Amino acid sequence: MKYIWLLILLGVLSSCKDKKSSSNSNVESSTEIQDVSSKAKTVKLDVYNFNDFKNFLNKANDTTYVINFWATWCAPCVKELPYFEKLNQKYIDKKVKVILVSLDFPHLYDSKLKPFIVENHLKSKVIALDDVDMNAWIPQIDKDWSGSIPATIIYKNKTSKFFEQSFTYELLEVETLKILNK
Amino acid sequence: MKTPVFISIVMVTFFSDYISNDVTINNSYKIGDVVSDFELKNVDGNMVSMSDYKDAKGFIIAFTCNTCPFAQAYEGRIMDLDKKYASKGYPVIAINPNNPEVQPGDSFKAMQDRAKEKGYTFPYLVDEGQHVYPEFGATKTPHMFVLQKTKKGNIVRYIGAIDDNYKDPTAVKTKYVEEAVDALLKGEEVKQQETKAIGCSIKA
Repeated sequence: MKYIWLLILLGVLSSCKDKKSSSNSNVESSTEIQDVSSKAKTVKLDVYNFNDFKNFLNKANDTTYVINFWATWCAPCVKELPYFEKLNQKYIDKKVKVILVSLDFPHLYDSKLKPFIVENHLKSKVIALDDVDMNAWIPQIDKDWSGSIPATIIYKNKTSKFFEQSFTYELLEVETLKILNK
Repeated sequence: MKTPVFISIVMVTFFSDYISNDVTINNSYKIGDVVSDFELKNVDGNMVSMSDYKDAKGFIIAFTCNTCPFAQAYEGRIMDLDKKYASKGYPVIAINPNNPEVQPGDSFKAMQDRAKEKGYTFPYLVDEGQHVYPEFGATKTPHMFVLQKTKKGNIVRYIGAIDDNYKDPTAVKTKYVEEAVDALLKGEEVKQQETKAIGCSIKA
């Protein structure tokens, strides 16, 4: 049992160090850029207002949903995206589903969000939430959420936990397993 | 089963991070609390405190920054608030809570450039050492606090967003900050004392 903790802690320590994200490729040839922009055009993005989005928050089945609120302009969000991607891949057979809810500005969906999805090869489901009446919907997600992102909900059926914070991969996995094993 | 000492230390340090964050948030100002004055450096090099404003009836405190897209979307509206309310006794004081070492676009020089370029009519202060924003409980930019000056001190009367439409100023239905200040100017209670909005988490 103590070795599990040791592993988790070592993981936490080492993850704090790798600050450099691999997405910062410095030199890109113009053909690669064209490639991204042509691929970005084919990305299909579902955009929801809060009323329609609510369905993602109360699915009554045995899947564990990990719903992360993020945006391409939010540096701490972008930093933790690989952890959500890793979780999604690792637990794909364990009925864990990651949904990345982008709060990017709608006029930047085509120029920023879609190219970001292509460049970072995001495999998790990405949707966009576009609803300006934030004071109406933020408290419906969690009454204590100030509206700062990143923020994450992990839920299965009626068991749910909300996080207004950044994650390490290890912490994200621990919290997901807590809900998964309920 | 004994846990090795160094692991215990690591665990304590690791979890105390989260604990101390919670404490900061819980101890921060609520509606009705009296705010301690601050002394922060303005983009013109001078130090600014609320006590400098002898004739003010209150303050519109805006935690904002150069870099956040929401702060940029609201910048013009923060400038308009000062133009409308400074003469009525409620000047804007903008405070940049971000640590420039984490967010280089929010350096003092960058703040000076932006304030000059946009023609800010209000102070734009650096929260050096990031001490003031946790007292207020600001978590993001932009994050607004309306204070009313009373004999007891400056009292928090409103916390939250500027209005209900970041995208389109012409489509706004409720101007939360204006409604709060208007109510205070009329000697009435603020109806909507707290609102929520998405913003960029403060980079400390």
